[in-house]
Amino acid sequence: MSEKINKIVRIDKLKKSYNNNIVVNGISFDVNRGMCFGLLGPNGAGKTTTLRLILGLSPADSGALSVFDLEMPAHARQVRQRIGVVPQADNLDPDFTVVENLFIYGSYFQITRSVLNKRIGELLEFAGLQDRADTKIGALSGGMQRRLTIARALVNDPELIVLDEPTTGLDPQARHMIWGRLRKLMQQGKTLLLTTHYMEEAERLCDELIVMEQGKIIAQGSPKQLINKYVESEVVEVRSGGEQAMEYIKNMNGYRVEKAGDTHYFYSNNARELVLQFEKIKDIVFLHRPANLEDVFLKLTGRELVD
Amino acid sequence: MDLRLPLVRKSAFTIWRRNALVWRRLLGPSLVINFGEPFLYLLGLGFGLGAFIETMDDMPYLTFLASGIIAASAMNTASFEGMYSVYTRMIPQRTYESMMATPIEVDDILAGEMMWCATKSLISGSAILAVAALLGAVSGWQALWVIPVIFLMGLCFAGPAMVMTSFATGYDFFNYYMTLVVTPMFILSGVFFPVTSLPETAQVFIQLLPLTHAIDLVRPIVSGQQVNNIGLHIAVLLAYAVVGYYLAVILVRRRLII
Repeated sequence: MSEKINKIVRIDKLKKSYNNNIVVNGISFDVNRGMCFGLLGPNGAGKTTTLRLILGLSPADSGALSVFDLEMPAHARQVRQRIGVVPQADNLDPDFTVVENLFIYGSYFQITRSVLNKRIGELLEFAGLQDRADTKIGALSGGMQRRLTIARALVNDPELIVLDEPTTGLDPQARHMIWGRLRKLMQQGKTLLLTTHYMEEAERLCDELIVMEQGKIIAQGSPKQLINKYVESEVVEVRSGGEQAMEYIKNMNGYRVEKAGDTHYFYSNNARELVLQFEKIKDIVFLHRPANLEDVFLKLTGRELVD
Repeated sequence: MDLRLPLVRKSAFTIWRRNALVWRRLLGPSLVINFGEPFLYLLGLGFGLGAFIETMDDMPYLTFLASGIIAASAMNTASFEGMYSVYTRMIPQRTYESMMATPIEVDDILAGEMMWCATKSLISGSAILAVAALLGAVSGWQALWVIPVIFLMGLCFAGPAMVMTSFATGYDFFNYYMTLVVTPMFILSGVFFPVTSLPETAQVFIQLLPLTHAIDLVRPIVSGQQVNNIGLHIAVLLAYAVVGYYLAVILVRRRLII
């Protein structure tokens, strides 16, 4: 019926403020079909507000926004029929069991019972909750609730899945499990739009991302592109050391250095020399690693990403 | 502010159904609240006071009281549901947040909640009608006409209750409305004694209250008397329902769509 559009989300100079406090400050970006698009930034950068604008749950002050080529928020109802949403805080219905949650949520999309019956079986399997079907929400672990929330977002077989910090507050094991599920969705050709303040998450999942700070986009590209563009390939992190060592570090020249908290970051495209030097210094703790998005953020803002 | 007129759609029914499913699970405690308290009133006051006051307004006091309690219970049930339960789903439980991530809109949610409030009124009101019939306080089968009236009353009291909810900052906030609005209506609108026994200036004010009009419909139907000014009473109840719904939709939109 409708030809497949390639730009799932289109945002142009979007602005939003609350009580004279500008939260989203003229951002523009597009999300292409089939990609995992990340919004990266510290708390308060405007990520969640951007998602609310995209879902039509918040009216913009100015700028243009369309989803599936439909203007928002005018077409919020039609658009949300085709989106799955994973909110930041789980809002599963505590009055119901796992299966009932999926049923009730499906009914909000006016999905017929026979379609729903079939789909819910698949979703339980996807979430690994087959043997928890009749468990009340309160009796599920945090990771299970998260998986159920993701499964719930798939009940309408959405083209676009919007996830607000999908793994915040989960232990590493649960986090890896969620990542696995999300990659599965990408293989199925779904478009993912997620916010995160975890670098690792963004690097593992996102094809393209924007880095936001104070409502603005300060960088955009694939994780690799961003790292290549903004920072050197290797980093030596110096976490602590005696006074003498720190004095020595201060006087070291020829490297770009960033300081965040009590850590010094030395950047270089060839850090071998540097590592050899550090090895000679007594009472110093350092870590040699490849550069990542954290370093991009640090360079662009002078601050660490996770608070 | 988004002042668009709300659209009432089929989706509202899914909200109603969600609440009905939860209620089915909590059937026991719900029925105790809806049914127990008015039942005690009816037995205690009806027989206790009834021993002294044989008739009131040309009917047995038990009939007079039973018809008042039916209306009061519809009011209490819808008000309680429209405030405490709606607030719970809107704020602490974030149920509306999850609904609004789907094609459901505030219009649908509140229409569904309102129908649900009226349904709960219907359940508690009908239970009391049944008890009253058992106690011999109902004059005949025509009393069944009270059932659609109870539903309308539920809608009528749900409207203002949801307006309160849209402002509420916590459960304590509802004490204002309960103490300043619901309780005075309960005492003054003719549940226990005829409004005409109050001073005339007070009567003018009391005629603005929805419970007064509700009782003016319920009482003659239950006792088998002639219903007067039926159009006026229905219009007042409808007006509270419709205006309350519209205001609640605007205010909840303002609160949730920011």
